[in-house]
Amino acid sequence: MTNTLHRYGPPESFRDDFIVFIRNSNGRNDVGSIPKLKEFLRTALRHRPVTISQYRFGSTVRPADHLNPRIHWTRPVQDLTAEQIIEAITKDHTVGAIFDSEAAMEAFLREVKAADWGLSVNVAGLTAPVHACAKRAGIVRHSVEYSLGFQGALDRLPERPVLELSTMCGHSMLSPNLARKMLEWVREGRRTPEQAAAYLGRFCSCGIFNPARAVRLLEAAQGGNG
Amino acid sequence: MQIDHGKCVACSNCIPVCPMGAIYIDPAVNRATVNLDECVECFTCYRGMSKEHLNPTLVRTIRGVLKYLRIRFDPEPDVCPTDALTPQALTWPRIVRQAFSDPLVPHESTGIHGRGTEEVKTNDVTGRVNEGEAGFTIEFGRPGVGVRFRDIQKMTMALAPLPITFEKKNPVFSLMSDPATGTIREDILNEKVLSAIVELKTALEHVPQVLQVVEEVAQDLETILSIGVATRCDGQGDNALEPMLKREGHEFYRGKTNLGLGRRPAAVSA
Ligand code: SF4
Ligand code: SF4
Repeated sequence: MTNTLHRYGPPESFRDDFIVFIRNSNGRNDVGSIPKLKEFLRTALRHRPVTISQYRFGSTVRPADHLNPRIHWTRPVQDLTAEQIIEAITKDHTVGAIFDSEAAMEAFLREVKAADWGLSVNVAGLTAPVHACAKRAGIVRHSVEYSLGFQGALDRLPERPVLELSTMCGHSMLSPNLARKMLEWVREGRRTPEQAAAYLGRFCSCGIFNPARAVRLLEAAQGGNG
Repeated sequence: MQIDHGKCVACSNCIPVCPMGAIYIDPAVNRATVNLDECVECFTCYRGMSKEHLNPTLVRTIRGVLKYLRIRFDPEPDVCPTDALTPQALTWPRIVRQAFSDPLVPHESTGIHGRGTEEVKTNDVTGRVNEGEAGFTIEFGRPGVGVRFRDIQKMTMALAPLPITFEKKNPVFSLMSDPATGTIREDILNEKVLSAIVELKTALEHVPQVLQVVEEVAQDLETILSIGVATRCDGQGDNALEPMLKREGHEFYRGKTNLGLGRRPAAVSA
């Protein structure tokens, strides 16, 4: 699943979007990986990521099966703590941390290199700064996959602000119509950008939706620019 | 996916949530209804929405009164108040939709073999794509458009004669009736999915040719393609793919970088 490859936006739209994730290769180095995944996330937390996530579990915002109706007036913008996500790791799925600055990512990568877990670590984001940060952290990149963007029936794509939000779930669980609705609600003053970002993030089942970037994009709608 | 009309209160919260736009309020019954031909069984509505378990009659009465008074209730937008979304039992060929659209479905349960490769993400361990090679991921349907297999077949048939190898551990490959010609099983050609990825490998020098064919076929498709191309870097972290793509006029700046920190455990000596 290429769930982080094809986020949409101009280069400057990704200055606060670096997803560092770690995973085993099935059947090759998965034995004993769960404690390493937990350590990866705990190490990441020292560098103040925007959020952390666990594939198949999600992030700090999650849908609930039994909501109390009071929630319509009292809903928090975060449903789980970072530690609850870490504790919930019971299988060797991909886990990740999202950073909104190159400096924080670079500091984290230094620790990742030193930890030497032997699992594959990838960064999704602007390839040039990622390459430069890795180099400074003493890491020579092994492989790279470039996103060449969209082709085909491009007239079926939604407008840019919608696409910038909806493509943050690479599995397309985040509907463009919902992204458009949230942009409208923020523009109308019905919800704050933080609340709207939380609604959207709950649909990203891998938890790799970047709430900080989303808030920034939604704030543009508040100024009538979105 | 189906909606239990006995429970649905026509609040419309689920309508914008569906990535395919397949849910609508049927004016004949005033209940949300799923257009099953457009629904890709992604389970976004069912799993992504939070649920309340309120009494439908009570909610309808309150909504009716508020509507009469022209008062807009402003509830949370990601909640189904009555737990009305109801998955249906899926059989072949419809189950193909869920296998390709729901990232959380256990793939053994769908009868489709292969979940896709680990792509470049574990290339440091698998060595799947080497220097001098390029690995393509050609993804159909995202973001938010969906694709029918007949459109995918147009592409696989155009690619098959090229100097490429389709990745065998890939679910689309497992549904090809003849990989040599790129044809796909007749019985699923009309099935619609949220996304499907064709993976292939080729030598670096064939990258422009592959991209040209992809571009030509894409013009004839009713869906969107997202193209990814990967390679292995040299000892300095550089690669020949990047300058080649630039020479060919492609604009790109985002991607996935494998840092090369993974390894197989050392063999245990006897
Ligand atoms: S969210 Fe639930 S109650 Fe509201 S329209 Fe959809 S199915 Fe009906
Ligand atoms: S399963 Fe997916 S496509 Fe079908 S109605 Fe629900 S959200 Fe829409």
